[in-house]
Amino acid sequence: MNLFCIGLSHHTANVAAREQFAGNATAESIAREAGCAEALLLTTCNRVEVYAVSEKRISTDEVTRCLTGKTSDGPEYCAAPFYRYEDNKCVQHLFRVASGLDSMVVGESEIFGQAKKAYESARTSGAVGPYLHRLFQRAFRVAKQVRTHTEIARGAVSVGSVAVELAQRIFGKLGDCKVLVLGAGETSERTARALLSRGVKDLRISNRSLDRAHELARTVGGRAVPFDDWVTQCRDIDILLTSTASETPLLTSKTLTPMLWDRVDRPLFVIDIAVPRNVDPSVNELEGVYLYDIDSIRSVAEQSLALRRQQMAAAEAIIADHVAEFFDSISRGLNRLSQATEHPSLAENPLRASEL
Amino acid sequence: MDRYFLIASTVCFLAAVVHTVIELRAKVFRPMRFNFIAIGLGFIFQTVFLWIRGQELGRCPITNLFEVFTFLAWSVALIYMVVGPAYRLSLMGAFTAPLVLLLQTFALIAPIDTRHEVTVPVNSWLEFHASMSLVAYGIFALACIAGVMYLLQERQLKTHHLHSIFYHLPPLTNLFAVITRLLWWGLALYTIGIVSGFFTGHPLPRIQLVAAIALWLLYAAILQARHLKWLAPKRVAALCIIGFSAALALLWGITFTAELHHMP
Repeated sequence: MNLFCIGLSHHTANVAAREQFAGNATAESIAREAGCAEALLLTTCNRVEVYAVSEKRISTDEVTRCLTGKTSDGPEYCAAPFYRYEDNKCVQHLFRVASGLDSMVVGESEIFGQAKKAYESARTSGAVGPYLHRLFQRAFRVAKQVRTHTEIARGAVSVGSVAVELAQRIFGKLGDCKVLVLGAGETSERTARALLSRGVKDLRISNRSLDRAHELARTVGGRAVPFDDWVTQCRDIDILLTSTASETPLLTSKTLTPMLWDRVDRPLFVIDIAVPRNVDPSVNELEGVYLYDIDSIRSVAEQSLALRRQQMAAAEAIIADHVAEFFDSISRGLNRLSQATEHPSLAENPLRASEL
Repeated sequence: MDRYFLIASTVCFLAAVVHTVIELRAKVFRPMRFNFIAIGLGFIFQTVFLWIRGQELGRCPITNLFEVFTFLAWSVALIYMVVGPAYRLSLMGAFTAPLVLLLQTFALIAPIDTRHEVTVPVNSWLEFHASMSLVAYGIFALACIAGVMYLLQERQLKTHHLHSIFYHLPPLTNLFAVITRLLWWGLALYTIGIVSGFFTGHPLPRIQLVAAIALWLLYAAILQARHLKWLAPKRVAALCIIGFSAALALLWGITFTAELHHMP
């Protein structure tokens, strides 16, 4: 039996190339048209991959033709930079993909859910048999182990998630936090939504245009505050998110210092994602105030990514162990089978033999 | 013979420290059961040691500096076992183990386990006074550890340099709440310890009394300032470290003076 993977990913092809092969085929159609015993199609925004098992070798062209949904040869897919992994390389590749090691953002967990969904879809259509079943079940187990035993998924890597992560490191649960969003732009809306998703209940929105503030407040579920009142709100709030188009800093140490006297035991987390900055950098020097501008948020995201990359070796070691063990278990099944002549039907399927 | 149990206990705390260091170096530290189990085992061995020593002496085993340091280390471990899981401060074990290890190693290595005849008859008030004060010191030690954790987390947030440990330290607000509660408990027990000292039937040495009251005033002032919002959490955390250093110095002084006078 041949186990192989043919695919395109963000490493090898741009989105224009990838989109030609997405959405035209299903696992079942690939298995039928290419003549595979089993097939599974994994399509995400960053990759299009086919995992398959066949009795005889199936060429990459045959599979890519199925992916385009066309019956005749065409130059477009012949030119696409498809990669092909076979046997243990295929297993290793899948384990890396499921663990997020092959992702654009190393360690992201979305791919795990996407792989599960792809597996479920192929299983429902009957395209997955015992080989791919066992391979994918093992891949999910490996991915969980990698996440549990390494720091590969540690730390936030986007503006919204960094803001939420930092807020949680300061306040713990965000349910009691009062948040003021200054400026009703797209990024602040996304960040506000990220904070709301983590339990924030008191969200205030202030904007030069009160109508826009009301509109955003309605959309995300907060309340609008007149722009003239936002400074006084700093006495009460825990998190300030600024993203106005102001050319000069709106918040300075001089403005903030008197308000901190009333809240000496409560930290204030200021997220300034505006360019030019809305908050004077000297504010970070005030006791109990934690100011993060867009550069420092990016820096935190980069530190998280660097931490994740440092964990790749540990993750690769876990994967290598599983790849070796996975093949060993199949080989042992084969050996046992060669001695068990009373089960000739199983000789054709080493996987079933390994499960004996 | 009883020292073997203390050595076994010290080895347990050493294991917790080494394990933490290895994990932190590999940047894969996670609040794990290992630390809690190692500290738990260490605590059991400490308890056995103190029980045997207590049986030998026929009184609470705090008759010399060696025993006092061991009793203090036992208090710290005890409070950690109570506080750590309750406040989900699993990483506190990583900070507690080194302190206990330091206290016990010093107790084992330094020539302070001097056996001398205790002339004072067993006095339950005196033992209550001493043991209650030592448990209060244990609580102040934990407040000091929580203070160190607070300052570490605070510094990382201020400087924007987040290390691997950042993701395992508790949130600032939670740490501050723990510090406050520990200070209240510590002060309450210390108050009981000092007051019970007046019922021992012996006149308390004036210098020790003044020093003990000064320490009590320091912690009471920290709590009062915290209550009135005069002090920022960062300063409270720093004062917890200073306070415990003062408590250790005082403890040393008291025991040293008591040994000079052959008093328990």
